[in-house]
Amino acid sequence: MKAFTYERVSSPAQAVAAVARNPGAKFIAGGTNLLDLMKLQIETPTHLVDINSLKLDGIEATPEGGLRIGALMRNTDLAADERIRRDYGVLSRALLAGASGQLRNRATTAGNLLQRTRCPYFYDTAHPCNKREPGSGCSALDGVSRQLGVVGVSEACIATNPSDMAVAMRALDATIETVDADGKTRAIPIAEFHRLPGDTPHVETVLDPGELITAVTLPPPVGGKQVYRKVRDRASYAFALVSVAAIVQPDGTGRVALGGVAHKPWRIEGADAELSRGAKAAAAALLADAKPTRDNAFKLPLVERTIATVLTEARA
Amino acid sequence: MKFDTPAGTSPIDQLKVIGRPTDRIDGKYKTTGTAPYAYERHDAVPNQAYGFVLGSAIAKGRIDAMHLSDARSAPGVLAIVTTLDTPRLGRGRMNAAYLFGGPVIQHYHQAIAVVVAETFEQARAAAHLIRVDYRQEPGKYDLEAEAPHAEPVASDSGEGSGAPHEARIGNFEEAFAAAPVKLDESYTTSDESHAMMEPHATIAAWNGDKLTLWTSNQMIAWGKGSIAKILGIPAENVRLDAPYVGGGFGGKLFIRADAVLAALGAKAAGRPVKLALTRPLIANNTTHRPATIQRIRIGANPDGTITAIAHESTSGNLADGKPETAVDQTRLLYAGANRLTALRLAHLDLPEGNAMRAPGEAPGLLALEIAMDEMAEKLGIDPVQFRIINDTQVDPEKPERRFSHRDLVGCLRHGAERFGWDRRQQQPGHVRDGRWLVGYGMAVGFRNNLLTKSAARVRLDGRGMVTVETDMTDIGTGSYTILAQTAAEMMGVPLEMVNVRLGDSAFPASAGSGGQWGANNSTAGVYAACVKLREAVAAKLGFNSAEAVFADNEVRSGNRSVPLAAAASGGELVAEDMIEYGDLAKKQQQSTFAGHFAEVGVDAATAEIRVRRMLAVCAAGRILNPKSARSQVIGAMTMGVGAALMEKLAVDTKRGFFVNHDLAGYEVPVHADIPHQDVVFLDEVDPMSSPMKAKGVAELGICGVGAAVANAVYNATGIRVRDYPLTLDKLIERLPEAV
Repeated sequence: MKAFTYERVSSPAQAVAAVARNPGAKFIAGGTNLLDLMKLQIETPTHLVDINSLKLDGIEATPEGGLRIGALMRNTDLAADERIRRDYGVLSRALLAGASGQLRNRATTAGNLLQRTRCPYFYDTAHPCNKREPGSGCSALDGVSRQLGVVGVSEACIATNPSDMAVAMRALDATIETVDADGKTRAIPIAEFHRLPGDTPHVETVLDPGELITAVTLPPPVGGKQVYRKVRDRASYAFALVSVAAIVQPDGTGRVALGGVAHKPWRIEGADAELSRGAKAAAAALLADAKPTRDNAFKLPLVERTIATVLTEARA
Repeated sequence: MKFDTPAGTSPIDQLKVIGRPTDRIDGKYKTTGTAPYAYERHDAVPNQAYGFVLGSAIAKGRIDAMHLSDARSAPGVLAIVTTLDTPRLGRGRMNAAYLFGGPVIQHYHQAIAVVVAETFEQARAAAHLIRVDYRQEPGKYDLEAEAPHAEPVASDSGEGSGAPHEARIGNFEEAFAAAPVKLDESYTTSDESHAMMEPHATIAAWNGDKLTLWTSNQMIAWGKGSIAKILGIPAENVRLDAPYVGGGFGGKLFIRADAVLAALGAKAAGRPVKLALTRPLIANNTTHRPATIQRIRIGANPDGTITAIAHESTSGNLADGKPETAVDQTRLLYAGANRLTALRLAHLDLPEGNAMRAPGEAPGLLALEIAMDEMAEKLGIDPVQFRIINDTQVDPEKPERRFSHRDLVGCLRHGAERFGWDRRQQQPGHVRDGRWLVGYGMAVGFRNNLLTKSAARVRLDGRGMVTVETDMTDIGTGSYTILAQTAAEMMGVPLEMVNVRLGDSAFPASAGSGGQWGANNSTAGVYAACVKLREAVAAKLGFNSAEAVFADNEVRSGNRSVPLAAAASGGELVAEDMIEYGDLAKKQQQSTFAGHFAEVGVDAATAEIRVRRMLAVCAAGRILNPKSARSQVIGAMTMGVGAALMEKLAVDTKRGFFVNHDLAGYEVPVHADIPHQDVVFLDEVDPMSSPMKAKGVAELGICGVGAAVANAVYNATGIRVRDYPLTLDKLIERLPEAV
């Protein structure tokens, strides 16, 4: 961990100003991922702006009939919220499939969206990683890659986004609200929020430097059976090999998003259209351009089979 | 005390305290955070500075230069010791890799420097500022690729029974060729990490030329001798202290870099230094259980009698490292006139392979007990019955040598009944419970009982308190409690009148904790010391020691009874003795036995495997404390589930290191993976083992568990996986269409 300075702020305006004033500054909220990465010197902020007192931890109805979730709402609280459990079950289930109770008590909504990959080579600073050190190369391509991405990958990076929450939000078409140093706000559809690695895998989202997430909004409830299925080697406290978030309507139409397969929560609108034809068709559309490694080729049949079991569950 | 004739009756056999399910006497300290581990000995010595160990970033080669100026001028830095300014140090007991000194890099994350600073954060930050010029050399990191070049090598794994490079009885090849029913299969097991909760950690302080290490170590006497040898100082100048150890599993049997670098750092800084190895260093700097490739051939008659059995194992290690002795149990477990076992060792430049819980038997049984399951199926004989048919009461290699006590058949019969084995569908893939394919599996557990000398001192004070002092360690096993039970039984006092002090090299040298030898030997050492103390008490009080009865804080004989405390009214009585063994273990084979049963569910869509229930029936001599013994066995069963389903150090065969070097990447079972666990101990004693008539049990608990799970997966799915761990990717393409 490199030495850093620290300040606490009490409003979003102060927060973005503080980061703008300090090149090398970062926001810190729950810190469940950032602090680990700082200890390993993978993240080396020179200044931390603590946003925990920003009062962005509530949840409120939107005029459109959806919900606006404060950026600092803890994963535990979000998963337990009655409205989330009733109308957005896939989100509650995804949250509870992630991490551990202790981590969920600490981790925030915005922080969860920004958590970084768990690629082992990203974590070991002795080896090249384009995400950690742009241009240094990708060790995972010819290394151990069982956990890593199969779709949307590039020659520069095959890392995956480890979030469960984001997969459900992708299925729900959430929108991310931000504010920047100039006070300008914008709303970013989650589909556009995370980027594919391309040749700049170190740039993971479309956020500008110093831009602060203030909330995530969910559109009005879409109903349907909402399922989140996380497949992993052990029963709890493990990142997904593959996960499926699905919302299935009584007529068999619906939406499906995948976790554990790509640099971002993976949803192809064209695959939604195939859902009523079954898992094989939906999986084929989702994985059309898959480029698995020898280690992780099993994820392709696993995706199809998991979608199949999710559809069965949803239609039961 | 020399133990060279079978145990007769002793005060231990009263079983007033011994054999009772007793809470751990250290439990309240553990659960209230008042049992300090090595890194927490804040008050052991003042003015502690912090050390941080830097590991090599290459797997093989040399260091040309280390650039320290940035690190030296970093805030708080007190001293830096590098491998370049230290001559290559000697090695301690059981070390294969060198721990420190010189420019040569043998493996990834080998320690190359220790930075000492005022705070931990300063030491860690400064360590990151050290720039190193490496000269990388090509290395060998792929066991499968190197296996064809492996050499025959014998092993006396310091924590097991060992095996010659080849052992032959009869004519295996001829008998196998002639056998009507045959199996010839290969199995692989993974590199595994001990992944104990407490990292390797040490506080070192010098007082002149005397060194004290507050450390985390299973074997205090070995550690004392080893650190003296490594540092080139007299052993009498070294003191080790490890009263609490947060798990070891073999990873702390010997001195590792934490102890060496704390000592060197403290010398250089002129201050006590404390340091702990980080998680990545635990995977790649310390030791691991080596992966194996095993070939098993079994030939049998149609009635199930084994006529030929061969078990060959290949593993890899650094120069001077040993093979994993995965064939150990096959020399002793089943009958059969024609036998072959062989060990081969390939050179690998990965971190050092060494002992991990039940070295040899744990990976050996993972393979052998799948093979037995496969063979039973070929023969059309129930797997339990097939093992019973091939039970032996004698050492199959030396039929004149009997087992001291062997009730494997009892374990299997009792286990089958208790588990409901008769409900198992013989035809695999035929039981469905919702989304789960359900299967039953079983396997035999086997681990030798090892005898090793163990000393203790016991004191009686004027209040009637008995204090036990021995360098025995409690690595979470319950040593404190069983030693207290032993002294209480011998001296006729309740448990609360016994005080146990462990882990200090100033105390008499015990067996230590390893190879499941700790309980039987260390309690026998306390027994020996108590026999002496009883004699001293009897003499003091004017009793004939042969007739004196020690009970209820009193000593009695005939009509006379005197408080025990009276013996020490004129001053403390102290007795010290050691249990030593004659050749009983040579004359008769001492082993421990288990029947392991498991029920698993395999998700019909995703192939996720989840254990539903487990049973272990153990025959391991007298159980000194059924409660702590059960804890040992359920912990070992959990580790067995890990080996079966998830534990694998993933090797980067190009770069030469274990990639998943933290507890997020190296998965061990969590609570949600472990369902109902049932443990039964057969009521038995083994008078050949020691005056305690007990045997080891903690490693028996892991032996065979993984194979029971693997066999249950086969029974559930009809898919036979021979490569551990059984992860879903090995099943998914072979499962029937989902839905």
